[in-house]
Amino acid sequence: MERYSAWRLFREALNGHRGWTPAWRSPSPKRRYDAVIIGGGGHGLATAYYLAKNHGMTNVAVVERGWLGGGNTGRNTTIVRSNYYHRESARLYDFSVRLYESLSRELNYNVMFSQRGVITLAHSRHDLEVVARWAGAAQLHGVDAEMVSVDEIKRRIPLLDTSPSARFPVWGGLMQRRGGTARHDAVAWGYARAASRLGVDIIQNCEVTGFSRNERGRVVGVETSLGPIAAGVVGLAVAGHSTVLADLAGFRLPVTSYALQAFVSEPLKPVMDTVMLSLATGAYISQSDKGGLVIGGGLDLYPSYAQRGNLPTAQRVIGALADQMPALGRVRLLRQWAGIVDVVPDSSPILGETPVEGLFINCGWGTGGFKAIPAGGTLLAHHLATGEPHPLAEPFGLRRFATGALIDEAAASGIAH
Amino acid sequence: MLLIPCPWCGPRDEIEFRCGGQSHIQRPEPFDAVSDEAWADYLFTRINPKGVSYERWLHVFGCRQWFNVARDTRTHEIHAVYRMGEPKPDLRGVE
Ligand SMILES: Cc1cc2nc3c(=O)[nH]c(=O)nc-3n(C[C@H](O)[C@H](O)[C@H](O)COP(=O)(O)OP(=O)(O)OC[C@H]3O[C@@H](n4cnc5c(N)ncnc54)[C@H](O)[C@@H]3O)c2cc1C
Ligand SMILES: [Zn+2]
Repeated sequence: MERYSAWRLFREALNGHRGWTPAWRSPSPKRRYDAVIIGGGGHGLATAYYLAKNHGMTNVAVVERGWLGGGNTGRNTTIVRSNYYHRESARLYDFSVRLYESLSRELNYNVMFSQRGVITLAHSRHDLEVVARWAGAAQLHGVDAEMVSVDEIKRRIPLLDTSPSARFPVWGGLMQRRGGTARHDAVAWGYARAASRLGVDIIQNCEVTGFSRNERGRVVGVETSLGPIAAGVVGLAVAGHSTVLADLAGFRLPVTSYALQAFVSEPLKPVMDTVMLSLATGAYISQSDKGGLVIGGGLDLYPSYAQRGNLPTAQRVIGALADQMPALGRVRLLRQWAGIVDVVPDSSPILGETPVEGLFINCGWGTGGFKAIPAGGTLLAHHLATGEPHPLAEPFGLRRFATGALIDEAAASGIAH
Repeated sequence: MLLIPCPWCGPRDEIEFRCGGQSHIQRPEPFDAVSDEAWADYLFTRINPKGVSYERWLHVFGCRQWFNVARDTRTHEIHAVYRMGEPKPDLRGVE
């Protein structure tokens, strides 16, 4: 498989771009793999890549029901940050941000990771206290986080109404300078290409419909729309469909599926060079390199598997932004969509063993797992290959719900993504 | 946009309601004999069906009554509305 480089691009340009070959192989499934990963989103693809790269396991398949990144990985608003409140989370997400910092080189694929900073706005004295406590916690965990003044916020986000009469007055904020955005499709495609190059089989349009078990109940393979595939171990990374697959395997999860919407505006000249999140409204915004404003907000109000999203939530999110950035009031939206996210009571992922032997899980990222893709892949690969949880993954086991050792990021930071 | 038939007020816009999640959950008893696992199930584990979901709703900006809704999570279609305490309706042929 060819390496991508500026020189290569130049040579292909001279040649009318007729020399490019597919970025990954699309073989038909073998009868048996040492590991089968269900779900061709970022977490599944990264898991396959790190199995091959870190553990030398190359007899591996990724089985995807639709197309790569067609789930939440290709639908998210790409915010990457690691200023979480609890130590376990800060370590996990910061490990991921560090992997992002070198990912383009590692994969030989430009994932366009742009550390443009993420600013969280405080809109009241109470918000400001929450944010100060949050910044302090992040700093204790060794994660960069700093308080920013209203003047500094105004300088970075001129569009924002920071006047005293604003509908959502700004009292200050929290900034992580190492946070930013990346290109979502590129993360999926980059991992797929790099995994395929190491020998992993990427199998699209192949839905897992059941599990085969041995007499002891251990999972020994998957049933798929392309026939049975035997597996040494199976990894599950299907986000909003986690309970659907868990039902097939015969166990339950504390996961509820909700629609989360996103919106993109018509392309504009550069108006914003950072990411803004609002604690009062839950709305957030950044500008893509193509000029579109990328906008998101809170979850839809009831559980859903319909990937479209409903109008009241759309109105709430867009209305809030129009209040906060009045100059955008007449900007038209180009597209709107939703992804089905896997929400867990403590808003932290579920990583590791399931009650079924031979089946390991990576789910529960909810509204914020794009930033965690490199970490999630590394940790699931570690568990599949060694049979032991990675130290960073250990606190996030399914057992925490029975022991009470929840990692409650919902209560701690109260913000999605 | 959903039109939700409140058993007391009739069909009203979804923005007047709040979804309270899965219905028909029984608290395990007796309290001091419940295992940690059973208690965790009670608190956290949900069916999360892809299909008909039996859930509690509150008409929060209306009569402020709770009631049950049988709703398909794939299409959001409402198949039945019934009062708290009533058993699940028979939806064979729909589910
Ligand atoms: C609108 C929106 C905005 C978001 N914004 C952010 C953000 O700004 N920052 C952030 O960090 N996170 C964000 N997220 C969350 C993030 O997108 C997800 O947490 C992350 O992409 C999950 O990746 P994944 O690989 O686990 O799941 P997915 O990318 O959803 O992949 C799961 C795959 O499993 C496949 N699958 C399902 N069932 C089967 C089956 N039976 N057989 C085979 N394959 C199956 C699906 O087709 C899918 O491709 C957002 C999500 C949404 C929807
Ligand atoms: Zn009513």
